[in-house]
Amino acid sequence: MSSERTPLWEVFIRSRNGLSHRHVGSIHAADSTLALQAARDVYTRRGEGLSIWVVPSNAITASDPDDKGMLFEPTASKIYRHPTFYDILDEVGHM
Amino acid sequence: MTTTSIVIVETPLVRLALARADDALILGHRLSEWCGHAPMLEEDLALANIALDLIGQARTLYTLAGEATGHDEDELAYRRDERAYRNLLLVELPKGDFAFSIVRQFLYSALIDAWWRAMTESAEPRLAAIAAKAEKESAYHLRHAAEWVIRLGDGTPESHARAQAALDRLWPYVDELFESVTDAAFDVPPACLRADWDIQVDSVLSTATLTRPTAHWSQTGGRSGKHTEHLGHLLSEMQYLQRVHPGATW
Repeated sequence: MSSERTPLWEVFIRSRNGLSHRHVGSIHAADSTLALQAARDVYTRRGEGLSIWVVPSNAITASDPDDKGMLFEPTASKIYRHPTFYDILDEVGHM
Repeated sequence: MTTTSIVIVETPLVRLALARADDALILGHRLSEWCGHAPMLEEDLALANIALDLIGQARTLYTLAGEATGHDEDELAYRRDERAYRNLLLVELPKGDFAFSIVRQFLYSALIDAWWRAMTESAEPRLAAIAAKAEKESAYHLRHAAEWVIRLGDGTPESHARAQAALDRLWPYVDELFESVTDAAFDVPPACLRADWDIQVDSVLSTATLTRPTAHWSQTGGRSGKHTEHLGHLLSEMQYLQRVHPGATW
Protein backbone atom coordinates (compact mmCIF):
# COMPACT_ATOMS: atom_id res chain seq x y z
CA MET A 1 0.00 0.00 0.00
CA SER A 2 1.73 3.15 -1.14
CA SER A 3 1.98 5.91 1.39
CA GLU A 4 1.47 8.63 -1.20
CA ARG A 5 -2.14 7.42 -1.58
CA THR A 6 -2.68 6.59 2.07
CA PRO A 7 -3.17 9.73 4.18
CA LEU A 8 -1.20 10.40 7.33
CA TRP A 9 -3.02 10.90 10.66
CA GLU A 10 -1.81 12.30 13.97
CA VAL A 11 -2.79 10.25 17.00
CA PHE A 12 -3.77 11.65 20.41
CA ILE A 13 -4.37 9.42 23.43
CA ARG A 14 -5.92 10.19 26.79
CA SER A 15 -4.30 7.95 29.35
CA ARG A 16 -6.12 6.14 32.14
CA ASN A 17 -5.27 8.63 34.83
CA GLY A 18 -4.55 11.39 32.39
CA LEU A 19 -6.02 14.78 31.89
CA SER A 20 -6.01 15.86 28.27
CA HIS A 21 -5.28 13.92 25.10
CA ARG A 22 -1.58 13.89 24.27
CA HIS A 23 0.08 13.51 20.91
CA VAL A 24 1.73 10.08 20.70
CA GLY A 25 2.67 9.70 17.04
CA SER A 26 1.23 9.21 13.58
CA ILE A 27 -0.13 6.41 11.40
CA HIS A 28 -1.19 5.83 7.80
CA ALA A 29 -4.81 4.93 7.07
CA ALA A 30 -7.25 5.27 4.20
CA ASP A 31 -9.98 6.97 6.25
CA SER A 32 -10.89 8.01 9.79
CA THR A 33 -12.43 4.65 10.79
CA LEU A 34 -9.35 2.69 9.80
CA ALA A 35 -7.19 5.41 11.34
CA LEU A 36 -8.86 4.86 14.72
CA GLN A 37 -8.35 1.10 14.39
CA ALA A 38 -4.71 1.52 13.42
CA ALA A 39 -4.13 3.96 16.27
CA ARG A 40 -5.66 1.48 18.70
CA ASP A 41 -3.50 -1.35 17.37
CA VAL A 42 -0.25 0.60 17.24
CA TYR A 43 -0.45 2.88 20.27
CA THR A 44 -2.63 1.22 22.95
CA ARG A 45 -1.09 -2.25 23.09
CA ARG A 46 0.14 -1.81 26.65
CA GLY A 47 -2.97 -0.30 28.17
CA GLU A 48 -1.93 3.27 27.45
CA GLY A 49 -5.30 4.82 26.93
CA LEU A 50 -9.03 5.13 27.33
CA SER A 51 -9.74 7.52 24.48
CA ILE A 52 -8.23 8.11 21.05
CA TRP A 53 -8.40 11.07 18.68
CA VAL A 54 -7.11 10.92 15.14
CA VAL A 55 -6.62 14.08 13.11
CA PRO A 56 -5.60 14.34 9.45
CA SER A 57 -2.00 15.54 9.52
CA ASN A 58 -2.70 18.02 6.75
CA ALA A 59 -5.36 19.67 8.96
CA ILE A 60 -2.64 20.90 11.28
CA THR A 61 -1.15 24.33 10.65
CA ALA A 62 2.33 24.46 12.14
CA SER A 63 4.54 27.38 13.06
CA ASP A 64 7.61 27.92 10.92
CA PRO A 65 10.81 26.84 12.72
CA ASP A 66 12.54 29.88 11.17
CA ASP A 67 10.17 32.11 13.15
CA LYS A 68 11.22 30.77 16.51
CA GLY A 69 13.32 33.80 17.34
CA MET A 70 10.44 36.17 16.71
CA LEU A 71 7.79 33.96 18.27
CA PHE A 72 9.43 32.52 21.34
CA GLU A 73 12.59 34.32 22.41
CA PRO A 74 10.91 37.52 23.63
CA THR A 75 9.35 35.58 26.51
CA ALA A 76 12.71 34.40 27.82
CA SER A 77 13.39 37.64 29.70
CA LYS A 78 9.95 37.88 31.31
CA ILE A 79 10.46 35.76 34.38
CA TYR A 80 7.78 37.73 36.23
CA ARG A 81 5.22 35.76 34.19
CA HIS A 82 6.15 32.62 36.08
CA PRO A 83 4.17 32.38 39.33
CA THR A 84 7.24 31.54 41.37
CA PHE A 85 7.16 34.56 43.68
CA TYR A 86 4.22 33.54 45.79
CA ASP A 87 4.20 31.67 49.07
CA ILE A 88 1.67 28.88 48.86
CA LEU A 89 -0.38 28.33 51.98
CA ASP A 90 -0.09 24.89 53.53
CA GLU A 91 -3.85 24.46 53.34
CA VAL A 92 -3.69 24.60 49.55
CA GLY A 93 -1.69 21.40 49.40
CA HIS A 94 -0.05 20.17 46.23
CA MET A 95 -0.39 22.42 43.20
CA MET B 1 9.16 -47.58 18.33
CA THR B 2 8.88 -44.76 20.85
CA THR B 3 6.72 -41.75 20.19
CA THR B 4 6.48 -38.27 21.61
CA SER B 5 2.76 -38.15 20.82
CA ILE B 6 0.12 -38.08 23.53
CA VAL B 7 -3.36 -39.54 23.22
CA ILE B 8 -6.31 -37.74 24.79
CA VAL B 9 -9.51 -39.25 26.10
CA GLU B 10 -12.15 -36.74 25.07
CA THR B 11 -15.00 -36.08 27.45
CA PRO B 12 -17.48 -33.54 26.05
CA LEU B 13 -15.80 -30.74 28.01
CA VAL B 14 -12.32 -31.76 26.80
CA ARG B 15 -13.54 -32.12 23.25
CA LEU B 16 -15.13 -28.68 23.23
CA ALA B 17 -12.12 -27.02 24.85
CA LEU B 18 -9.73 -28.70 22.42
CA ALA B 19 -11.80 -27.88 19.34
CA ARG B 20 -12.07 -24.19 20.20
CA ALA B 21 -8.46 -24.06 21.39
CA ASP B 22 -7.26 -25.68 18.16
CA ASP B 23 -9.30 -23.19 16.09
CA ALA B 24 -7.71 -20.30 17.95
CA LEU B 25 -4.17 -21.70 17.94
CA ILE B 26 -4.09 -22.61 14.26
CA LEU B 27 -5.69 -19.35 13.13
CA GLY B 28 -3.37 -17.46 15.47
CA HIS B 29 -0.43 -19.26 13.89
CA ARG B 30 -1.61 -18.38 10.40
CA LEU B 31 -1.98 -14.73 11.41
CA SER B 32 1.44 -14.73 13.03
CA GLU B 33 2.87 -15.62 9.62
CA TRP B 34 2.07 -12.03 8.60
CA CYS B 35 4.44 -10.66 11.22
CA GLY B 36 7.01 -8.65 9.27
CA HIS B 37 5.17 -9.29 5.98
CA ALA B 38 1.92 -7.31 6.20
CA PRO B 39 1.19 -4.67 3.53
CA MET B 40 1.78 -1.84 6.00
CA LEU B 41 3.23 -1.41 9.46
CA GLU B 42 -0.16 -0.63 11.01
CA GLU B 43 -1.64 -3.92 9.80
CA ASP B 44 1.48 -5.82 10.75
CA LEU B 45 0.83 -4.83 14.35
CA ALA B 46 -2.93 -5.29 14.07
CA LEU B 47 -2.64 -8.86 12.78
CA ALA B 48 0.02 -9.73 15.36
CA ASN B 49 -2.25 -8.32 18.10
CA ILE B 50 -5.12 -10.51 16.92
CA ALA B 51 -2.81 -13.53 16.70
CA LEU B 52 -1.74 -12.97 20.30
CA ASP B 53 -5.36 -12.65 21.44
CA LEU B 54 -6.17 -15.96 19.76
CA ILE B 55 -3.13 -17.76 21.13
CA GLY B 56 -4.04 -16.42 24.58
CA GLN B 57 -7.55 -17.85 24.19
CA ALA B 58 -6.03 -21.16 23.11
CA ARG B 59 -3.84 -21.23 26.22
CA THR B 60 -6.75 -20.79 28.63
CA LEU B 61 -8.75 -23.49 26.82
CA TYR B 62 -5.80 -25.92 26.76
CA THR B 63 -5.31 -25.30 30.46
CA LEU B 64 -8.97 -26.17 31.02
CA ALA B 65 -8.65 -29.33 28.92
CA GLY B 66 -5.42 -30.11 30.74
CA GLU B 67 -7.08 -30.03 34.15
CA ALA B 68 -9.25 -32.93 33.01
CA THR B 69 -6.57 -34.91 31.18
CA GLY B 70 -3.42 -34.39 33.23
CA HIS B 71 -1.56 -32.67 30.40
CA ASP B 72 -0.25 -29.12 30.37
CA GLU B 73 -0.96 -26.60 27.63
CA ASP B 74 2.37 -27.22 25.87
CA GLU B 75 1.77 -30.95 25.65
CA LEU B 76 -1.69 -30.43 24.22
CA ALA B 77 -0.43 -27.97 21.61
CA TYR B 78 2.84 -29.61 20.65
CA ARG B 79 2.41 -33.30 21.18
CA ARG B 80 -0.86 -34.24 19.60
CA ASP B 81 -0.75 -35.68 16.10
CA GLU B 82 -2.46 -34.09 13.14
CA ARG B 83 -5.40 -36.51 13.38
CA ALA B 84 -5.94 -35.51 17.02
CA TYR B 85 -6.32 -31.84 16.06
CA ARG B 86 -9.96 -30.79 16.12
CA ASN B 87 -9.80 -27.41 14.35
CA LEU B 88 -11.95 -26.22 11.45
CA LEU B 89 -10.46 -26.69 7.99
CA LEU B 90 -11.13 -22.99 7.35
CA VAL B 91 -8.46 -21.86 9.81
CA GLU B 92 -5.67 -24.15 8.60
CA LEU B 93 -5.67 -23.04 4.96
CA PRO B 94 -2.47 -21.15 4.05
CA LYS B 95 -2.60 -17.45 4.71
CA GLY B 96 -2.84 -16.51 1.03
CA ASP B 97 -2.82 -12.83 0.18
CA PHE B 98 -3.99 -10.07 2.52
CA ALA B 99 -7.55 -10.29 1.16
CA PHE B 100 -7.68 -14.03 1.81
CA SER B 101 -6.52 -13.67 5.42
CA ILE B 102 -8.93 -10.78 6.04
CA VAL B 103 -11.97 -12.49 4.50
CA ARG B 104 -11.23 -15.67 6.46
CA GLN B 105 -10.88 -13.64 9.65
CA PHE B 106 -14.21 -11.98 8.95
CA LEU B 107 -16.09 -15.24 8.29
CA TYR B 108 -14.62 -16.85 11.41
CA SER B 109 -15.01 -13.82 13.67
CA ALA B 110 -18.65 -13.31 12.66
CA LEU B 111 -19.38 -16.74 14.13
CA ILE B 112 -17.00 -16.94 17.04
CA ASP B 113 -17.87 -13.50 18.38
CA ALA B 114 -21.54 -14.48 18.62
CA TRP B 115 -20.59 -17.88 20.01
CA TRP B 116 -18.42 -16.45 22.78
CA ARG B 117 -21.15 -13.99 23.70
CA ALA B 118 -23.67 -16.85 23.96
CA MET B 119 -21.15 -18.88 25.96
CA THR B 120 -20.92 -16.21 28.65
CA GLU B 121 -24.21 -17.79 29.83
CA SER B 122 -22.80 -21.33 29.76
CA ALA B 123 -23.68 -23.65 32.62
CA GLU B 124 -19.97 -24.55 32.82
CA PRO B 125 -18.60 -21.60 34.84
CA ARG B 126 -14.98 -22.01 33.67
CA LEU B 127 -16.07 -21.76 30.03
CA ALA B 128 -18.30 -18.80 30.86
CA ALA B 129 -15.33 -17.04 32.45
CA ILE B 130 -13.13 -17.66 29.40
CA ALA B 131 -15.98 -16.46 27.17
CA ALA B 132 -16.36 -13.21 29.08
CA LYS B 133 -12.76 -12.29 28.26
CA ALA B 134 -12.67 -13.73 24.74
CA GLU B 135 -15.89 -11.98 23.70
CA LYS B 136 -14.32 -8.54 24.10
CA GLU B 137 -11.37 -9.59 21.96
CA SER B 138 -13.46 -11.22 19.26
CA ALA B 139 -15.74 -8.18 19.03
CA TYR B 140 -12.75 -6.11 17.96
CA HIS B 141 -11.46 -8.83 15.61
CA LEU B 142 -14.83 -8.79 13.88
CA ARG B 143 -14.93 -5.03 13.57
CA HIS B 144 -11.37 -4.88 12.28
CA ALA B 145 -11.97 -7.56 9.64
CA ALA B 146 -15.37 -6.24 8.58
CA GLU B 147 -14.04 -2.73 8.00
CA TRP B 148 -11.26 -4.17 5.85
CA VAL B 149 -13.63 -6.41 3.88
CA ILE B 150 -15.67 -3.32 3.04
CA ARG B 151 -12.61 -1.34 1.93
CA LEU B 152 -11.11 -4.18 -0.09
CA GLY B 153 -14.42 -5.03 -1.75
CA ASP B 154 -15.40 -1.43 -2.40
CA GLY B 155 -11.83 -0.33 -3.12
CA THR B 156 -9.88 -0.65 -6.36
CA PRO B 157 -10.67 -3.17 -9.13
CA GLU B 158 -7.61 -5.12 -7.94
CA SER B 159 -8.67 -5.25 -4.28
CA HIS B 160 -12.25 -6.11 -5.24
CA ALA B 161 -11.13 -8.99 -7.45
CA ARG B 162 -8.85 -10.37 -4.73
CA ALA B 163 -11.55 -10.09 -2.04
CA GLN B 164 -14.13 -11.81 -4.25
CA ALA B 165 -11.66 -14.57 -5.17
CA ALA B 166 -10.92 -15.12 -1.47
CA LEU B 167 -14.62 -15.29 -0.66
CA ASP B 168 -15.26 -17.80 -3.46
CA ARG B 169 -12.36 -19.98 -2.37
CA LEU B 170 -13.34 -19.91 1.33
CA TRP B 171 -17.07 -20.45 0.93
CA PRO B 172 -17.00 -24.29 0.76
CA TYR B 173 -15.49 -24.22 4.26
CA VAL B 174 -18.26 -22.09 5.78
CA ASP B 175 -20.79 -24.85 6.57
CA GLU B 176 -18.28 -26.55 8.85
CA LEU B 177 -18.37 -23.46 11.09
CA PHE B 178 -21.90 -24.45 12.08
CA GLU B 179 -21.32 -28.11 12.93
CA SER B 180 -21.95 -29.00 16.55
CA VAL B 181 -18.80 -29.91 18.47
CA THR B 182 -20.64 -31.61 21.32
CA ASP B 183 -24.27 -32.08 22.33
CA ALA B 184 -23.51 -31.10 25.92
CA ALA B 185 -25.89 -28.72 27.65
CA PHE B 186 -23.05 -26.29 28.45
CA ASP B 187 -22.18 -25.95 24.74
CA VAL B 188 -23.96 -23.55 22.38
CA PRO B 189 -24.70 -25.27 19.05
CA PRO B 190 -23.27 -22.97 16.35
CA ALA B 191 -26.19 -23.84 14.07
CA CYS B 192 -28.49 -21.70 16.21
CA LEU B 193 -26.27 -18.69 15.43
CA ARG B 194 -26.44 -19.17 11.65
CA ALA B 195 -29.40 -16.89 10.96
CA ASP B 196 -27.69 -13.95 12.66
CA TRP B 197 -24.40 -14.82 10.95
CA ASP B 198 -26.12 -14.76 7.55
CA ILE B 199 -27.65 -11.35 8.21
CA GLN B 200 -24.38 -9.88 9.44
CA VAL B 201 -22.24 -11.34 6.66
CA ASP B 202 -24.74 -10.40 3.95
CA SER B 203 -24.84 -6.84 5.23
CA VAL B 204 -21.06 -6.44 5.13
CA LEU B 205 -20.73 -8.17 1.76
CA SER B 206 -23.42 -5.94 0.33
CA THR B 207 -21.67 -2.78 1.59
CA ALA B 208 -18.43 -4.19 0.21
CA THR B 209 -20.12 -4.75 -3.21
CA LEU B 210 -19.07 -8.41 -2.98
CA THR B 211 -21.25 -11.28 -4.18
CA ARG B 212 -22.19 -14.00 -1.72
CA PRO B 213 -21.13 -17.26 -3.38
CA THR B 214 -23.53 -20.12 -3.82
CA ALA B 215 -21.82 -23.21 -2.45
CA HIS B 216 -21.92 -26.18 -4.79
CA TRP B 217 -20.24 -28.37 -2.20
CA SER B 218 -19.12 -28.21 1.39
CA GLN B 219 -15.88 -29.44 2.85
CA THR B 220 -15.86 -31.02 6.28
CA GLY B 221 -13.72 -33.26 8.48
CA GLY B 222 -11.70 -30.98 10.72
CA ARG B 223 -13.60 -31.82 13.89
CA SER B 224 -12.93 -35.54 13.37
CA GLY B 225 -9.26 -35.02 12.52
CA LYS B 226 -9.48 -35.36 8.73
CA HIS B 227 -7.51 -32.32 7.69
CA THR B 228 -6.28 -30.72 4.49
CA GLU B 229 -2.70 -31.37 3.47
CA HIS B 230 -1.77 -27.98 4.91
CA LEU B 231 -2.15 -28.73 8.62
CA GLY B 232 0.64 -31.33 8.72
CA HIS B 233 3.15 -28.81 7.36
CA LEU B 234 2.02 -26.20 9.87
CA LEU B 235 2.30 -28.65 12.79
CA SER B 236 5.69 -29.95 11.74
CA GLU B 237 7.03 -26.41 11.92
CA MET B 238 5.15 -25.48 15.09
CA GLN B 239 5.85 -28.71 16.98
CA TYR B 240 9.42 -29.32 15.86
CA LEU B 241 11.21 -28.20 19.00
CA GLN B 242 8.97 -30.02 21.49
CA ARG B 243 9.14 -33.17 19.38
CA VAL B 244 12.94 -33.13 19.31
CA HIS B 245 13.31 -32.02 22.94
CA PRO B 246 10.08 -33.03 24.73
CA GLY B 247 9.39 -30.85 27.75
CA ALA B 248 12.11 -28.35 26.86
CA THR B 249 11.71 -24.98 28.58
CA TRP B 250 13.62 -21.73 28.20
